[in-house]
Amino acid sequence: MTTGFFSSVDDVAERLAATGYLASPAVATTVFLADRLGKPLLVEGPAGVGKTELAKAVTEVTGADLVRLQCYEGVDESRALYEWNHAKQLLRITAGRGESWDETRTDIFGEEFLLPRPLLTAIRSERPTVLLIDETDKADVEVEGLLLEVLGDFQITVPELGTITAVRRPFTVLTSNASRELSEALRRRCLFLHIGFPEEELERRIVTLKVPGLDTALATSVVRVVGALRAMDLRKVPSVSETIDWARTLLALGADRLDEQVVRETLGVLLKHQEDIVKAAAKLDLEAV
Amino acid sequence: MAPATEPAGAVARLTGLVAALRDHGFGIGTGETVDAGRALEAVGFTDRERVREALAATLLHSELQRPVFDRVFDLYFPLGRADAPDEAYGNTPAALAALRERLAEALTAGDGAALDRLAAEAVAGFGGFGSTPGSDGWSSYQTLSRLRPETLLARVRERLRTAPGPEDPEFTERLLDDEIRRRIEAFRERVRTEARRRVAERQGRDRVARRAVAGTADSVDFLLAGRAQLDELRRTVRPLARKLATRLAARRRRAARGEIDLRRTLRRSLSTGGVPVRPVLRRRPPRRPELVLLCDVSGSVAGFAQFTMLLVQALHDQFSRVRVFAFVNRVDEVTGLIARGAADPAGLGDRILAEAELTGWHGQSDYGTALGEFADRYAEALGPRSVVFVLGDARTNGADPNLAALRRIAGRARRVHWLNPEQPSLWGTGDSVAPAYAELVEMRPCRNARQLGALIGRLLPV
Repeated sequence: MTTGFFSSVDDVAERLAATGYLASPAVATTVFLADRLGKPLLVEGPAGVGKTELAKAVTEVTGADLVRLQCYEGVDESRALYEWNHAKQLLRITAGRGESWDETRTDIFGEEFLLPRPLLTAIRSERPTVLLIDETDKADVEVEGLLLEVLGDFQITVPELGTITAVRRPFTVLTSNASRELSEALRRRCLFLHIGFPEEELERRIVTLKVPGLDTALATSVVRVVGALRAMDLRKVPSVSETIDWARTLLALGADRLDEQVVRETLGVLLKHQEDIVKAAAKLDLEAV
Repeated sequence: MAPATEPAGAVARLTGLVAALRDHGFGIGTGETVDAGRALEAVGFTDRERVREALAATLLHSELQRPVFDRVFDLYFPLGRADAPDEAYGNTPAALAALRERLAEALTAGDGAALDRLAAEAVAGFGGFGSTPGSDGWSSYQTLSRLRPETLLARVRERLRTAPGPEDPEFTERLLDDEIRRRIEAFRERVRTEARRRVAERQGRDRVARRAVAGTADSVDFLLAGRAQLDELRRTVRPLARKLATRLAARRRRAARGEIDLRRTLRRSLSTGGVPVRPVLRRRPPRRPELVLLCDVSGSVAGFAQFTMLLVQALHDQFSRVRVFAFVNRVDEVTGLIARGAADPAGLGDRILAEAELTGWHGQSDYGTALGEFADRYAEALGPRSVVFVLGDARTNGADPNLAALRRIAGRARRVHWLNPEQPSLWGTGDSVAPAYAELVEMRPCRNARQLGALIGRLLPV
């Protein structure tokens, strides 16, 4: 069962590029497979490399609806799947005086009183849908059990209503920063994609695309410096979003080329720990920061 | 973008690949193999990198597995034979110089396809040894020591500087050397891959896949790990620490719920007419253990000790206090060095050896003397809440094991665990006094990062 959004790997790459998401061959291939095999896609990687952006870009090129479940510690069934609208049920019971209990009971557990949450919404939707389960690693382990049924067969069982199966399989993306190890069972249900830092060439294209007006030579230098920083052993190496921030900063400062002073003053845009800044400054031969 | 392979035989290749990966401890089910087959069908065979990504997406479950996967993949789906060199290289100085020249050219341009081709030519021309079938083979070591790509650095730098192009702002010039070094290292890896592929052709792929491909970083034996592997291992410290921290926090959360608090339960029951609908549980005050690490940092086990120190350092907020002691045959406290070492883990071992006083008149480890000194000088570090981890192989080089000292340590601390990087079958052989120590404190084998993570998660008190 496919979601039927794309016709080939090249198709993925071209259409994503048109929205401003430049996909590496790995990303394009895996997105195509997730679409073709109809399997959820688990995307891991450091913060700021475009995991969530990927889901948004797919949504945009396919004209689908985006349904997003943001995970956090303590997210539970009633936040992820569905909830009964108790207030409305109570109203219904009070309003319907004089009828038998059996009638009321069958009535209050109907569609009208069901509050669908992201997972149920995505499963029931008849329109093409992208389901984004963001930061899956932040959720408790119990939620993974919940996801297993949903992602394995794309169906949800509501005891009072029976099993609801997807009419159209949503294109599903799970993201994770790997702050907690996801269970093996969940991983088995998904295709796995690790988005790391892009190749120099690709990153330069991304920067040029996202920061129009930046001089080409400067973009090249920016990417080279970031590449050098990533090769250092830092607590937090800069990711793509920080490269873009830095490029924007340089543009705003009106710097047309990198020199010692500019780099020294703006290193804080790239690095978020003082000890990293000190270390990078030493390695880059900057005078004391 | 060379064609990968013809579809015929693809199934055999796929199952061979899966079997080889399973031999490396990858849990791959039949369902995933079927998915991999469907994925191959979907992407086709025209683009080798797509084939690689398709298989990685369906067969892998974590990024840690990727390096092993890539090496195994290169064996089962090698670059097509069309890439083999046309002209055979004579093993002459002139040929070598010519090849080095072209390599410098390709490194300057950063041309991946050319570098692939050159790696193939280099192994073919300079990597072969032996002449009789059975004793001949291909060696990346030999290729690289003849070719010496690292000596091309100056040449490539010169060319890049004079190359016409967008005028180079001077600031990035200082990055040039490191960039070239990384390119050269990538080329060396290409040569290794090519040599493995040729050996695989000769000896049978399955055998090479099992033997010549190193395992994932966290399964590398501490005692056998080389420098590069230890570096790779060091990068897994932080993720491992994060994983352990969540596990410990969850355990602590569960354990914090104690017995029923009668007073507060009755108080709350007033609102429900005296019926205790919701019992209140007494919460235990959070109390984190104190950790004392006692590490043998002499040659053979230094890698193990360093890795563990870094892990403990990364976990420091899980403990109320961490103290680290290092010894060879004398003990010294290195807690301060570790804290400062967070920024430069690679130099940690050297700094400990340089700044702490760890050796007496000889450089061999002596557990008896070290334990005795620790029990005498640092007894205040031990108390009813401290947990001691001793790291070492318990090889005393023939000296007195001083069991009394260990007994004293065990008597003062809450728990003592000994982690031994040797396999249990070696305990007690030669100069190892492991069995004697194991009678006093719990001794466990701890041979790789995976085991270490599991042990620390399990052994620490909540």
